[in-house]
Amino acid sequence: MQRSARSDFVTLSLRRLLSAICKGGSMAHDGVIPKGANSAEFGGDPYQRDESDTSGPSVVVIRPSKGLANLNLLELWEYRELLYFLVWRDVKVRYKQTALGVSWAIIQPFFTMVVFSLFFGKLAGVPSDGLPYPIFAFAALVPWTFFASGLSQSSNSLVSSQDLIKKIYFPRLAIPIASVFAGLIDFALAFLVLLGMMLFYGMAPTAQVVWIPALLLLALVTSLGVGLWFSALNVLYRDVAHIVPFTVQFWLFITPIAYPSSLLPEPWRTLYGLNPMAGVVEGFRWSLLGTETAPGPMIAVSALAALCILAGGAYYFRWMERSFADRV
Amino acid sequence: MRGSAIHIDNIGKQYRIGAPENRHPTLKDALSASSRRAMLAIRSPLQIFRNKQQHRFWALRGVSFHVEQGEVIGIIGRNGAGKSTLLKVLSRITEPTEGQVVIRGRVGSLLEVGTGFHPELTGRENIYLNGAILGMKRREIERKFDEIVDFAEVQRFIDTPVKHYSSGMYLRLAFAVAAHLEPEILIVDEVLAVGDASFQRKCLGKMGQVANEGRTVLFVSHNMDAVRRLCTRALLLDDGEVAADGTTESVIAQYLSRESEFIRPGVPIDVSRAQRMGNGEVRFVQATYSSLEESVGCQPYTGGPLQLKVEIDSKSDRLIESLAVSIRNLTGMLLVNADVVASGTPLSVRKGRNAVIFNIHALHLNPGRYVVGLWAGDALRTASDHITEAFELDVISAEAGGLGLTPRDNGVVPCRFDVHVNAGPVSPSA
Repeated sequence: MQRSARSDFVTLSLRRLLSAICKGGSMAHDGVIPKGANSAEFGGDPYQRDESDTSGPSVVVIRPSKGLANLNLLELWEYRELLYFLVWRDVKVRYKQTALGVSWAIIQPFFTMVVFSLFFGKLAGVPSDGLPYPIFAFAALVPWTFFASGLSQSSNSLVSSQDLIKKIYFPRLAIPIASVFAGLIDFALAFLVLLGMMLFYGMAPTAQVVWIPALLLLALVTSLGVGLWFSALNVLYRDVAHIVPFTVQFWLFITPIAYPSSLLPEPWRTLYGLNPMAGVVEGFRWSLLGTETAPGPMIAVSALAALCILAGGAYYFRWMERSFADRV
Repeated sequence: MRGSAIHIDNIGKQYRIGAPENRHPTLKDALSASSRRAMLAIRSPLQIFRNKQQHRFWALRGVSFHVEQGEVIGIIGRNGAGKSTLLKVLSRITEPTEGQVVIRGRVGSLLEVGTGFHPELTGRENIYLNGAILGMKRREIERKFDEIVDFAEVQRFIDTPVKHYSSGMYLRLAFAVAAHLEPEILIVDEVLAVGDASFQRKCLGKMGQVANEGRTVLFVSHNMDAVRRLCTRALLLDDGEVAADGTTESVIAQYLSRESEFIRPGVPIDVSRAQRMGNGEVRFVQATYSSLEESVGCQPYTGGPLQLKVEIDSKSDRLIESLAVSIRNLTGMLLVNADVVASGTPLSVRKGRNAVIFNIHALHLNPGRYVVGLWAGDALRTASDHITEAFELDVISAEAGGLGLTPRDNGVVPCRFDVHVNAGPVSPSA
């Protein structure tokens, strides 16, 4: 009975709609000859929006994409508000219905630091560039946690948003980007704790502290770059869900967090920068704690490596994006 | 002058079946498949090509049509004809394999009501989030915010997480956001009405308002009646191709004649290759239906009997506890389910072919088209063979050729009634 009432409602409402259209006509766009009618002639980009004429309707051309993907960052920019809302959602939702709430952002790196200090610092006697071991480890763990959580969140982001992907169009890049950005709040909190610890140890930040934003950006680029690869692969192969935790763990140990990179002689140390997180971690220690490691060349290598990962990830993502809705 | 709102040119969409697009492969599968392919390529280079062809099919092929601005067009066709694939391509969710579409104007669809809602967020937060996902600008959402809240009737709960909403409230809020998107092109699927009667009236008003602004509407439906009433033009999709495009009446006529080409009363219908579920212990092979009334060509009619002969293959001598014939209307609502389990006496069948005859004494169905389903299984609802859509049949009016008109909004079941008029008020004592 209900169903039939429902379909009756549909017919009724659409009948009214139809008659209204017949009577009312299309005043809104009468006489507007939309611009960009031949935008189909442009090459490459499958989805073109011509918004040069704000009075007329926008024109979208849908066609199969061929060859190398177009990043189409312009469109992503148009959807910046969506990006903002997705970040905002991730931030809001992250600690909903948890007893400890946002303190999780601090608990995780803090207790890792405690464990590292006990086992690596005290028992194993790992050197720490002349710094107290706890702060040596924590200065590295703060950017590391940002990287690691960004990586795991973004890797899962596409699969967990499959409802959206299957039903609504928007630039898919927004999803993994949002999940990496959402980690910035956690980072800010943990960073405050780091500053508190420095105060506790009576350390003042050096002038190099101005490099922190750049180093954070480097961590973000790395996290997003790897996240893009993993999230796109995850659509196809759910193995990725199992690979990610393993990757994060493995990466933790090949990054100089529990130990200093100064254990390595040059030029190997600079080459160590091929792991972008090595550059980030050593950079954080250098700019905040004033270690005398002068990681400049290492960071340069890291930046280059991170950019390669990001560019590759972005193109791979866009290339795979065509079939996300069919495969997820 | 009206411009064309949608210009579809030779669109095709190819899917692979049994291959990655339809299941979740693992890396191992991919690796072993590629090594297998390499082996094949070494053994016979032609085989690999042929193999590839077999696993692909076109969900849409060579589809071309234009929709003028302000036109209301109905898209009809059987399940699997490509209707939903077409909608997916038009709303840019999936990319076509070939061809091109030019769309002028923002596309909104009522397929996606409530997608992107987050249960932990409040109503207010979800309006912003969902609006942004549907492509609204923040200013636009702010401007329409109060209107949306009023429309959804959730003022009191606007700062409550939507996971605490009743399903009605949830749907109303979701519909309210979608309805305020104000797209130039609206894609409507049948299932859009939500909520109670008063909310539905509000929806009506809203849609009337939308229509006044000259929107283009694509209406996808199984319900011929609805399409006939609403659309000036219709498009018939069959097997991924446009089979007919023209006035609603002519296209619907074509659709109906196509459907009933082979299915007539008294003629055995082959159901052995129908889509089915179950363990296959017994299988339906053939079905024949008839009203046994020669004067109407054995066509089932309202209030008349229906005899259904089904032929069943059984793998062994056995008892069938539950054997049923179901009748649904075209929107999928189950109207009749004649199940032997109700009688409590299992049917005994022999190994091999068996014929079972169902006699439904009176068919309380209005004239129209219905879908017949077949079921065999045990009393615990484990299916041996289950065909939800075995075949369709038309029920005709018993008073064919009579003077009466069929009311436009017919109920689900017929009723016999008569009317008398007497002068004066109805006396209370009578």
